[in-house]
Amino acid sequence: MKKQNKIYFDNSATTQIDKEVLKEMIPYFNLQFGNASSIHEFGQKAEAGVLNAKYIISKFLNCKPNEIIFTSGATESNNTILQGVFSDFKGHLITTMFEHPCVLETAKYLSRRGVDVTFIAPEKNGIIDPQKIFRAIKENTRLISIMYANNEVGTVSNIAHIGKKLAEINEKRTNKILFHSDAVQACYFRDMDVKKLRADFVSISSHKIYGPKGVGAFFMSERAKLSPLMYGGQQEYGIRPGTYNVPAIVGFGKAIQLISSKDHKKIIEKMKKIRDYIIKEALKIKGVSLNGDKDKRLENNINLLFENVEGESLLLKLDLCGVACSTGSACASGSLSASHALLSMGIKPENAHGSLRISLGKYNTMEEAKKFVMILKKSVIQLRKFSPFK
Amino acid sequence: MLYSKQVLDHFQNPRNQGKISNPDATSQVGNPVCGDIMKIYLKIDKKLNKIKDIKFETLGCGAAIACSSVVTQEAKGKTLENALKIDKSIILKKLGGLPPQKVHCSMLSIEALHKAINDYLKKTNDKKSRKSNRKN
Repeated sequence: MKKQNKIYFDNSATTQIDKEVLKEMIPYFNLQFGNASSIHEFGQKAEAGVLNAKYIISKFLNCKPNEIIFTSGATESNNTILQGVFSDFKGHLITTMFEHPCVLETAKYLSRRGVDVTFIAPEKNGIIDPQKIFRAIKENTRLISIMYANNEVGTVSNIAHIGKKLAEINEKRTNKILFHSDAVQACYFRDMDVKKLRADFVSISSHKIYGPKGVGAFFMSERAKLSPLMYGGQQEYGIRPGTYNVPAIVGFGKAIQLISSKDHKKIIEKMKKIRDYIIKEALKIKGVSLNGDKDKRLENNINLLFENVEGESLLLKLDLCGVACSTGSACASGSLSASHALLSMGIKPENAHGSLRISLGKYNTMEEAKKFVMILKKSVIQLRKFSPFK
Repeated sequence: MLYSKQVLDHFQNPRNQGKISNPDATSQVGNPVCGDIMKIYLKIDKKLNKIKDIKFETLGCGAAIACSSVVTQEAKGKTLENALKIDKSIILKKLGGLPPQKVHCSMLSIEALHKAINDYLKKTNDKKSRKSNRKN
């Protein structure tokens, strides 16, 4: 599936579906189209597809198949977990200021409804200091929700360390604190063994890992309990009722399986090389810096800050040259406020407007990176010429 | 969000972009926190009271740059009185519309133009009143 000379560097937004994934999905649209909850053969074949996907994902996360709940994606997973734990709007939640909006906005909603919420700021390098989390724990803390890798700056927090320490803290408590990690961005790149992460909930999404859109899942440990967001049939143990989206679930399973394939390590190494090349070349441009920790970041994430360039206009310039990226500028958000993630890291609003996120995918090549660097340099010069500040 | 062909054209080929070395008036509007800053330079034909030349410099989004370009194009050659009549609707029409969250960019460009003209009028009025004061 070769693209028409365009460079797609927005893989943290979404990825193109892998053709092997697509191939797995197709029969479930028109041949095995049954309702997975039906008793007849059509239903059983569809159910087999769902169960197989669940089995693959449970192996990947090192948990039991019945600890996996399929949803429509990460937004639904995170809403179900947060709202489900705090369905009575009582107790204390600890999360961070730079979570994805689907966690952050849910936490704000819970706060408005009476839940005590502590928002921890990340360090300047975009990493969460575990000590700040532990210090925030109260007698009535019920859930800690910390993202594995940040979607904007790609920084990776030490979730396994937080999980381990929390398990020690929990040993001395009667009211155990549950631990959730939004692992949507980390899923393709980091160890997802929930036993090592010591998590009670882990959210993942299909379309960030070359699977179809509209499907996600979360791991939920046997000790954890949730009130459902929706009521209906008995699908997913009543936690997520509704007819199974069988083709998407089958595709999701295949996408997870591909992460365990033997060439996965090579793919990550290639991305890292491209990432480091782009960072090195971009930093040669005057007035450019890297947002987020240089080393503790995903192999596919580059987040740059350009002085005296507005991010949306840079995005537009690059798009007109055939390169797709993303920005934390207010002008691109529709909300007229700069990226909450960059601001939470202590970056000033006037600088956050000049940010550019380049997120690589497995189909990107070094040739594309070289072409991109040339286009980037030219675009920055042009836009700075327009600016009143020289 | 979708920009019109006209917006993309003005963004790619902005008219009157740059600065005037000895301007008769300038203005700067916007602020770094919101992300858009526009600067306008004016050269005035004092006899005819017309905008002889106008240039802009903008740090901002695609819409902000396109609006700056259109506002200068509209103002060039107009009398000060007529230039002050340029409003948001003219800018939006020339650009084939803007996405709703970008309409404020057109207001910013009008503000920049008006501020520069008023800067010139204030300067000339000050001069005149100084002259008449001297006569008295």
